[in-house]
Amino acid sequence: MKKTMLVLMTTVLALTLAACGSKNDANSGGAEGASLSGSILAAGSTAMQPLVEQVSQKFMAESEYSGVTVQVQGGGSGTGLTQVSEGQADIGNSDIFAGEKFTDADADKGKELIDHQVAVVAMATVVNKNIAIDDLSKQQLVDIFTGKVTNWSEVGGADEKIVIVNRPSSSGTRKTFEKYGLGTKSEDLPGNIQEDSSGTVKKLVGETPGAIGYLALSYLDDSVKTLKLDGVEATPDNVKTGEYPIWAYQHMYTKGEPNEVVKAFLDYMVSDDIQKTDVTDLGYISINDMQVTRDEAGTITKK
Amino acid sequence: MKATLDPARPGSEGAEPTSRAEASSEPRAEASPASAAPSGGTPPRPTARRKSRSGGEWFGKTYTLICVAVLIVTIFSIVYFVASKGLSTFFVNGVSLKEFLFGTKWAPDGEPQSFGALPFITGSFVTSILAACISAPLAFCAAIFMTELMPKFGKRVMQPVIELLAGIPSVVYGFVGLTVIVPFFRAIFPGQGLGLAAGAVVLSIMILPTITTIATDAMSNLPRGLKEGSYALGATRWQTISRSILPAVIPSMLTGVVLGIARAFGEALAVQMVIGNAPHIPSSLFESASTLTSVITLSMGNTIMGQVQNNVLWSLALVLLVMTFVFVAIVRVLERRSLR
Repeated sequence: MKKTMLVLMTTVLALTLAACGSKNDANSGGAEGASLSGSILAAGSTAMQPLVEQVSQKFMAESEYSGVTVQVQGGGSGTGLTQVSEGQADIGNSDIFAGEKFTDADADKGKELIDHQVAVVAMATVVNKNIAIDDLSKQQLVDIFTGKVTNWSEVGGADEKIVIVNRPSSSGTRKTFEKYGLGTKSEDLPGNIQEDSSGTVKKLVGETPGAIGYLALSYLDDSVKTLKLDGVEATPDNVKTGEYPIWAYQHMYTKGEPNEVVKAFLDYMVSDDIQKTDVTDLGYISINDMQVTRDEAGTITKK
Repeated sequence: MKATLDPARPGSEGAEPTSRAEASSEPRAEASPASAAPSGGTPPRPTARRKSRSGGEWFGKTYTLICVAVLIVTIFSIVYFVASKGLSTFFVNGVSLKEFLFGTKWAPDGEPQSFGALPFITGSFVTSILAACISAPLAFCAAIFMTELMPKFGKRVMQPVIELLAGIPSVVYGFVGLTVIVPFFRAIFPGQGLGLAAGAVVLSIMILPTITTIATDAMSNLPRGLKEGSYALGATRWQTISRSILPAVIPSMLTGVVLGIARAFGEALAVQMVIGNAPHIPSSLFESASTLTSVITLSMGNTIMGQVQNNVLWSLALVLLVMTFVFVAIVRVLERRSLR
C-alpha cells in the first residue's frame, strides 16, 4: 500500500515538474501550402483580454486558419509589453503607447516594437447618482482631481464632500484620463480610493455618496451618472469625430514585423467583419470608424 | 515503512536474539535469516524480504533526498530572485534605503519620482496586528469551549466549522467585505467605509482558524494530570481553566497569534479590495490606506520589468519576505520557551 502511494506521489511530482518545464512553443510560423499553421501567444492588458479572446475563438473557427492556435493571457499592459519585448509572447496587448512605458534607458526597447491599433476605448467621468451636476468643465475636473476643490458646492452642486475613486498611478486607464482629460498628472491625495478593476470602481461610485470616478463606456449603466465634459457628451459618435477627447487606442504590439501567422490574426482583428460586430458589441469603438488619428504626443489629425 | 516492519522483527527472530544483533542494526539484519532458517525451513523467503527491504530503503532515501533538494532549490531561488530584483532598486536605480523605509511620499510615476514605502509598511503592520487583536480573544474562547466546556459538540461541530473558514478563497472574503462590511462602516462611521478597519475585520476572520486550531491542539495535548490535580485540590472549573490550563498553553497560543499575524501580513487580494489603496498614512481607521501586498498586486501587472517602478515593487516584496523570516524566528523562540 505504502509503496504504491510512494510510487504514485513520485509520478505526480515528476509529471508536475515536467509540466512546469514545458514551454509555450513559439509560433512555428511556417505557411505550408494555402493554409497557415502555428501558434500565437498574446499577453497583456486585462481590459483587452475579453475582446482578444473572443476574436481569437472566431479566428480559430475559420476553416482557413484551423491550423493556428491563439492563446490569450492577461497580466496587465506592462507585463504584455515586457513579454513581447523579451520574445516570450508574440503579441503584447496594451492600452497605452509603448513609448509611455519604456522610458529613459529602455526607450530603445520600445522602438523595436511595432504598433497595431485594433480598437478605440473611450472613458467617461461618472459620479454618484445623488449628485445634481450634469456637466463639468475641464478646469473643474482638474481642480477636483488635484484636490483644489473638495466640496461639490464649489462646482455648483450641493454641500457634499467629494470622494475620488481613482486608479493606481501605474494604470493605463488613469494615464489616459490624466493625459487627455486633465492634461496634467494628478497626485494621489490622502483619503482617495484607488481600485484597479472597473467593476469595483463602478460599484464604489454607485454606492458612495459624493463619489467621482471614470469608467470605460462599456461599463456605464444606470447605477452611476455620466457627466458631460465641457458640454460634450461621452458618446461613440463624439469620439469618432474627435470632439470628445478622453479616449485611447487599444494596441497590439509585435517585436519587429509580424510573421505570416501573427499578421493574419492582426488583419483579421481589424477586418470590417470583426470591427462591426465583436468590437462594437463589447463596447469599443471601431478603429475603422475613427475620423481622426492621434499620435503618441497627443496631436490630433483629421483622416 | 521502517516503522511498520520493525515491530514484526523480534517475532521472526524467535526467542534467541544474538548479542551481535543488539550491537548494531547492520549485523542484526544478517542474523535474522540464520535464526529463521532452522525453525521455518523456508530460507528463500526472508532473503527476498531483506532484499526488498533494502530496496525500499534505497528508494525511500532517494525519494526523500530528491524532494528535499527540489524544496531547497525552490526556496533559495525564490529568495535569490526577490532579493536580486529588490536590491537593484538601491544599487542600480540609486534610490536611498532611508528614503524607501522612512519616506512617506509614494509617487513612482510622478515628477519628481519618490519612493517612500512607510505608508505601506505601517498599513501592513496596523491591519495585521489589529486583526490579531480582534481574532485572538475569539479564538482563545473558542478553543476553551471546544476542549474544556463542550468537548463533544466542539470536536464534532465547531472545529470543522471553524476549519472551513480556512478553505474559503480570499476573493470571497474580499467581496463579502466590500458588500457587507464596507457599507456597514460607511453608515455608522465618518468616511467611506474603506480603510484599515475594514481590512482588519476581513483579515481577523481569515486568521481565526489558524489561531483557533493551534490553541485547541495545545489545550487538548495538555497532560490529564494537570486538570485532575487542579480539580483534586478543590478548584472550580473556572479556576482550573484560568489558573492552570491557560498559563500552561500561553506560549503555544502566542505562537498561534504570531502565525496568524504572518498570514494576515501576506494576504493580498481580500485586503486590496476593502482597504481603499491610497498611498498615504491615514489619519483614521476609516480612511483609505494601503498595505505592502495591496500596492504590489495593484501595480505589478502595469509596470515593465527592469524599470524602477517595477524594481521598487520587488523591494516591497523583499520587505515582506524579510518580515516573514522575522515572524518565523519569533515562532521559533516561542516554541523553545514552551518546551522548557
